[in-house]
Amino acid sequence: MAAKKEFFRGIRNGLPVSAGYFAVSFSLGILMRNAGLDPLEGLVMSLVNNTSAGEAAAVGIIASGGSYLEMAVNQLVINLRYFLMSAALTVHLSKELPLSRRLVVGFDVTDEIFACLISQKKPVSEFFAYGLAVITIPGWAAGTVLGIIFGDILPPSVVSALSVALYAMFTAVIIPPARKDRRLALLVVVSMLASLVFTFDPLSRFISEGMKIIILTLVLSAAAALIWPVEEET
Amino acid sequence: MKSTFLYIFVMAAVTYAVRVIPLVFFHGQIRSRFFRSFLHYVPYVTLSVMTFPAILNASGSLASGLIGFAVAVAVSLVRGSLPLVAACCCLAVYLAGLI
Repeated sequence: MAAKKEFFRGIRNGLPVSAGYFAVSFSLGILMRNAGLDPLEGLVMSLVNNTSAGEAAAVGIIASGGSYLEMAVNQLVINLRYFLMSAALTVHLSKELPLSRRLVVGFDVTDEIFACLISQKKPVSEFFAYGLAVITIPGWAAGTVLGIIFGDILPPSVVSALSVALYAMFTAVIIPPARKDRRLALLVVVSMLASLVFTFDPLSRFISEGMKIIILTLVLSAAAALIWPVEEET
Repeated sequence: MKSTFLYIFVMAAVTYAVRVIPLVFFHGQIRSRFFRSFLHYVPYVTLSVMTFPAILNASGSLASGLIGFAVAVAVSLVRGSLPLVAACCCLAVYLAGLI
């Protein structure tokens, strides 16, 4: 009974998240359509990955015909933040939670799901996590598919305007914390300038978009960690 | 010719491993302060690098892209929500495209 209650509580908590996912993944679908992916490919990619930045970067790699190794390293670096979240999550789950269930919970660790899970009383029920997953994954997948389909139907002027939506959302994620923290603000500006140099500099222009993300993320995050170590547990 | 589904399989395998390894092997927080700090900064660098200058070319027009980026940053600064920032940015790019 408790399991059922937790499951439905998860669904209720996940509903607004699912709606937000729909908007983001619709924007992602537009980019997928621009890169030549079909609705089935977009559906499968979103169902098994559940990651906005990871999928957006992957679309670039697929479009440019990058290697599978580049894809693997790129996804590893971009999605490293989930490593931190899962590590933090271990202290929120029941110590008795068996391995098989941990393998299931781990499938859907995203920024928003993580935030929902750690805001609950410890230990958070695995069924609450399943409820979240069951309502948010379809929202994410449906948005992706509709983005690809509508990318074909809508007039080109509308599609080109919608093509900036995902980047605008990324901007909305990084700017507010950077506004409160000068170190983050500086890191964001340096990252963008470095990215600009990599894109237009004649020497580094041959480096693919996927490689650029890998190199700059590793170097700049390591530099920031050395200069400004984070004090409290994050 | 590379297969899109093989790309997707590689993505899913790596992403799942990143998510599940700590849940299976860790008992508590990551000890290394450097590694924790590094992981704290990763999303900001990744999203910054992915957004700029890609947003400038996304719509197919550099001028529209610049206007869209400026609007996105401006609305984000006055604490706009995610959908609001996206809507304002798209609208700005659309209007810039009409001129």
